[in-house]
Amino acid sequence: MVKRIYIREEYCMGCRLCEVHCLVQHSKTKNIIKAYKGEYPKPIPRIIVEEKGYVSFALQCRHCEDAPCLEACITGAMYRDKKTGAVLCDEDKCIGCWMCIMVCPFGVISRNIEGKKIASKCDLCVGEEVPVCVKNCPNEAIVCEEEK
Amino acid sequence: MRYVLIGNSAGGIAAIEAIRECDKKGEITVISDEPRIFVRGKPHINYSRPLISYLLGEKVTLDKMPYRGEDFYKDNRVELILNRKATKLNLKKKEVVLAGDRKLPFDKLLIAAGGMPVIPEIKGLNSGGVFTFTRLADARNIKNYIRTNKVKEAVVVGGGLIGLKATEALMELKIKVVIVELADRVLSATFDKKASSIIENALGRKGCELITNNTVVEIKGKNKRAEGVILKDGKKISASLVIVAVGVRPNIELVKNTPIKTNKGILVDAFLQTNIKDIYAAGDCCEAEDLLLEMKRPIAIWPAAVRQGKIAGFNMAGARKEYPGSFAMNSVELCGIPTISVGETYPEGKGYQVLECFDQKNSVYKKIVLKNNKVVGAIFVSDIERAGIYTGLIKDKVDAASFKEHLLKEDFGLISLPKEYRKHLVAGEVAVI
Ligand SMILES: Cc1cc2nc3c(=O)[nH]c(=O)nc-3n(C[C@H](O)[C@H](O)[C@H](O)COP(=O)(O)OP(=O)(O)OC[C@H]3O[C@@H](n4cnc5c(N)ncnc54)[C@H](O)[C@@H]3O)c2cc1C
Ligand code: SF4
Ligand code: SF4
Repeated sequence: MVKRIYIREEYCMGCRLCEVHCLVQHSKTKNIIKAYKGEYPKPIPRIIVEEKGYVSFALQCRHCEDAPCLEACITGAMYRDKKTGAVLCDEDKCIGCWMCIMVCPFGVISRNIEGKKIASKCDLCVGEEVPVCVKNCPNEAIVCEEEK
Repeated sequence: MRYVLIGNSAGGIAAIEAIRECDKKGEITVISDEPRIFVRGKPHINYSRPLISYLLGEKVTLDKMPYRGEDFYKDNRVELILNRKATKLNLKKKEVVLAGDRKLPFDKLLIAAGGMPVIPEIKGLNSGGVFTFTRLADARNIKNYIRTNKVKEAVVVGGGLIGLKATEALMELKIKVVIVELADRVLSATFDKKASSIIENALGRKGCELITNNTVVEIKGKNKRAEGVILKDGKKISASLVIVAVGVRPNIELVKNTPIKTNKGILVDAFLQTNIKDIYAAGDCCEAEDLLLEMKRPIAIWPAAVRQGKIAGFNMAGARKEYPGSFAMNSVELCGIPTISVGETYPEGKGYQVLECFDQKNSVYKKIVLKNNKVVGAIFVSDIERAGIYTGLIKDKVDAASFKEHLLKEDFGLISLPKEYRKHLVAGEVAVI
């Protein structure tokens, strides 16, 4: 089933808990202290919190139906998971050419350059029932629903 | 339905995927004149062309070259003919003639034959040790030549994308490179002077010499081995390897002397069909709509080839889809400096507004070009984070009057955009580039 994360900016408080949980989830140890203080390459969050004045919202890959990053990827590293419909990056294949960054209209792919250069983006928390950003948002500013 | 696809790269592969989305039954045959590659006895049947410089520079191994996996053709039930050139089109009989005279009848044909390296007039091109650089075989031949001839010095003719990528690979192999460029700077087709200067300085720091406003007129060689080149101004440079990378042009060999219309490339309509019914073209060999310049021209980049191949595939399989057009863009990392250039990057003429910030010392440069308050071009050097948002604004031709002053701010993001547009974006109705 294709899951989608919906953004409700009216509810976002800008607390950035999603960012913290995302980083920890994508660390090797999944331990918050080690993730922030002892891992190499340092994990980075795959969610972006934008904030200006009273407005804020959390944004991550939209797993676009017609995804420009899939077309731009020169190595074939970016692919759509047949089962979940998620757009994922095969980090082994990725060479860090940043073609995907050039075309993602949401600006939600980051460069991860501490170790091998790879594109870093939301993977909907592979294996989790609900993505951790959604699970840990105290105010339901991001919600996960199966696609209508 | 019999589909025949000439070309097994970005355009052809995207077309296979699109055809199979709509038509599970039709017969698909794909032809490529490039050979199968064997890695530890395992055959690889396609590869990513832009990766050849990574292969030469030993940043990527042969087993990482394939763009789609081994099972791709089996899963999509495609008959693949490799190492065989299509030599003729017989439009009346609707068949493609292959070298060796095999004939392939088709109901729908896609020509995705890519580009050909431009060969300039230089004396002594057959000296040995002279290569172009667009195919996997080129990378492997260059590698072998370097090994057997213990190459220490090379000349790269052309300071465009391919020339610089080749240069970088050679420098990885500890070869001293001199680039000879006809224009007054590198990457003159996509960069402005400031962006070029950042890359030129970085190349210089790495020990690469750049000669501009000049060109190679002759290659001197002995015993099947280049020894040096002579420039237009008479200067001599010693080198045992010469890479010629002055550009690529659409490969239209196959349609010459047929009624299929061409300009520089094969001309196609909004459905990627040529002027002949049932014959389509996509990728570097064709000339499709440039969304920004509002004219047809070849845009020889990977994303455009995939997009065109996909749309052509849909139309061939009967799902009518219109091609929205593409525009020039590229993301290239050189000397460890990431760069992205999109659209009109150095406008000439009236009516343009340019916003920029330039920090030469730290190799950081950002430039936004606006026309009638719409973003039409951008350059990012070093700081490329979130560049795609600008590409999106260009593609959607969004009026930027209300947020122009935020465009270059550190914290520029979707939050800087009008709420309506932002909501439209995140609602998931994304049009595709
Ligand atoms: C070194 C290098 C680096 C590049 N880097 C980038 C980059 O960073 N970003 C980017 O966007 N683009 C890059 N490009 C450009 C990109 O590779 C092309 O735009 C893309 O490959 C075009 O795909 P295509 O399917 O149109 O044709 P091609 O990839 O050129 O493939 C053509 C296909 O047609 C086949 N063919 C041709 N003629 C015949 C015939 N007569 N009979 C049978 N088969 C035939 C060939 O075998 C091949 O399978 C780079 C190119 C090079 C060479
Ligand atoms: S990375 Fe960007 S372009 Fe790719 S699917 Fe996610 S939101 Fe869409
Ligand atoms: S950075 Fe990686 S995922 Fe992105 S386009 Fe390049 S190879 Fe593909």
